[in-house]
Amino acid sequence: MVTAAFIIFGLAAIVSAIMVISFRNPMASAIALIVTLCSIAGLFAIMGATFVAALQVIVYAGAIMVLFLFVIMLLNLKRDEFGPEKRKIQRTLGIILGLLLVLEVGIFIQAGLGDFGPSPAGDKGSFTSITELSSLLFTKYLFAFEVTSLLLLVAIVGAVILAKKKL
Amino acid sequence: MSIPIPSINIGAILPEIILIATAFVIIFVELFAPKRWRLGIPIICFAGLLAGFYAVGSLWGETIFAFGESVTSDNFALFFKFIFLLGALLVTLISVDYLKREGIYHAEYFFLILLSTVGMMIMASSLDLISIFLGLEVMSIALYVLAGFNRTDPRSNEASLKYFLIGAFASGFLLYGIALLYGNFHTTNLGEIFALLSGQESLSIIGLIGIVLVLIGFFFKVAFVPFHMWVPDVYQGAPTSVTAFMSAGPKAAGFAVLLRIVIYAFNTSSPEFTNLLWIVAVVTMSVGNIVAIAQNNLKRMLAYSSIAHAGYVLVAVVAGGPVGTSAAMFYLLVYTLMNVGAFSILIVFGKRGEDNLNFSDYAGLASKYPLGALAMTLFMLSLAGIPPTAGFVGKFYVFSAAVSQGYVTLAVIGVLNSLISVYYYIRVVVVMYMSAKPAEKFYFTYSVPAIIALIIAAWGTLQLGILPERWLSLAKDSIFSFLL
Repeated sequence: MVTAAFIIFGLAAIVSAIMVISFRNPMASAIALIVTLCSIAGLFAIMGATFVAALQVIVYAGAIMVLFLFVIMLLNLKRDEFGPEKRKIQRTLGIILGLLLVLEVGIFIQAGLGDFGPSPAGDKGSFTSITELSSLLFTKYLFAFEVTSLLLLVAIVGAVILAKKKL
Repeated sequence: MSIPIPSINIGAILPEIILIATAFVIIFVELFAPKRWRLGIPIICFAGLLAGFYAVGSLWGETIFAFGESVTSDNFALFFKFIFLLGALLVTLISVDYLKREGIYHAEYFFLILLSTVGMMIMASSLDLISIFLGLEVMSIALYVLAGFNRTDPRSNEASLKYFLIGAFASGFLLYGIALLYGNFHTTNLGEIFALLSGQESLSIIGLIGIVLVLIGFFFKVAFVPFHMWVPDVYQGAPTSVTAFMSAGPKAAGFAVLLRIVIYAFNTSSPEFTNLLWIVAVVTMSVGNIVAIAQNNLKRMLAYSSIAHAGYVLVAVVAGGPVGTSAAMFYLLVYTLMNVGAFSILIVFGKRGEDNLNFSDYAGLASKYPLGALAMTLFMLSLAGIPPTAGFVGKFYVFSAAVSQGYVTLAVIGVLNSLISVYYYIRVVVVMYMSAKPAEKFYFTYSVPAIIALIIAAWGTLQLGILPERWLSLAKDSIFSFLL
């Protein structure tokens, strides 16, 4: 079961990663990248790192990819760079999926928000638990954790320098 | 759940902390202080680097572990920190008037120089693959931005983009290698990997692939052949002061990690790695030197020469042991001095927009600016390895280390390469002194800081060439504390 899941997620990650670089349409590449990131989240989940898997989906497949898509749209690419248009199918599909989402959210709200409590006691001590992860971050990998903040600072300053109109 | 906090020993990373604090002061001065204060920013940067030298000096001689076992402050790291600080200091000095001339005088330049230096320091003192990687990224991201610092110049943009893409590619190799090593050893700590390795006879396939991928990542960064394709374009396109910076510190930082990994974790006694490095050293020296002959642009010539010099240092790494390692460290110190010196001549005699960097633009320089030509001659002789300059002593120790460890063929190939390199270095001297057709006009930027940097570099090149004993024994000290 685990092996089967591993093969499925691994194949999905590789195939979609190849699609990211082979599509001419940047939008399609971005969507394929979301598939890659979600498959990697699946791989994390198989290894029992459910917290990391959740973070992977929320941060990468969610937040960062939304930013990517925004940037691609803001870049105002010319028509021919997008490839031939297939608006009609997309529009109908978009409407159907949107309605589905509304329906889903409605059902969830009606059923109550469900159990959002802490993970069961059995998880403690394994890599799954947030406590364990954070204690690693503040003991064994404290130095790396601090250097990461430095890395982000350099990246921010660098991005501002390269992108700002007038320094 | 109570979390046992490991011993932090913040004193061990004092040089890094000083440079980070200086970088913050610079960014705050730029943001909040009156406009005229901006002229003082290089002085703040200079003072911070001097304080860094002091911190390195005060930590010398002890081996301190910090943040658990993930960082160390031993003589090995401190010697490299000294090289990084020296490179950053010289580059700060040559940058001041250069940036004004090119119209790119911004405080962020000095901020990025300082933080890039911090990244190198983290690389030199980390004992953990994760923090080595993070240090490498801090250094590299600052360098990508610095390469593109002349934002209105398309060549600078090209250099930045090329460097970034290749750098990201190299990081991919490195990270994949680290992941495989983690999968094999279940730790990223070099000390623990070493302990595991010393217990077993040979590596598993996964571990082997992991090590090779990590090495490839660093080969890209240090620009060994065949991972050198990005060097000429990036060195030529980046602002000259940044090129000087890139050719000195980051290369030494790459070697610091390489030496630490090769000696500490995967000791050179395993013949596979020695063979691999042997071949890479030969190819790197030969390609760098032969292609450098064909160059007409001085910056491109120095780019290929920097590839060749990385090959010489690799000869010492192949030789290994205390002799080889101390020879490599000494050579990197010498290389920093003479190479930044040569670049500062290019900066002082460059003109706005930097399109007078061909050999013919320096024809007859000696008759108009004899001192400038003399300094350039000194640096060229040193790069070629002719006594009584430091370059000669450096090459002498590198090749004698190779011979003493039994790599005679390698040493012979190295000396032959060194002979080839004499041609294009001496060509600069010939053009400056004996050209029948002098260039029409020379551009001279009178810059006191740059002249101070030139004096430091020239003095260092002579000092290390005539009296190398003191520095060589420092390099030897640092290697012994590290092997025990």
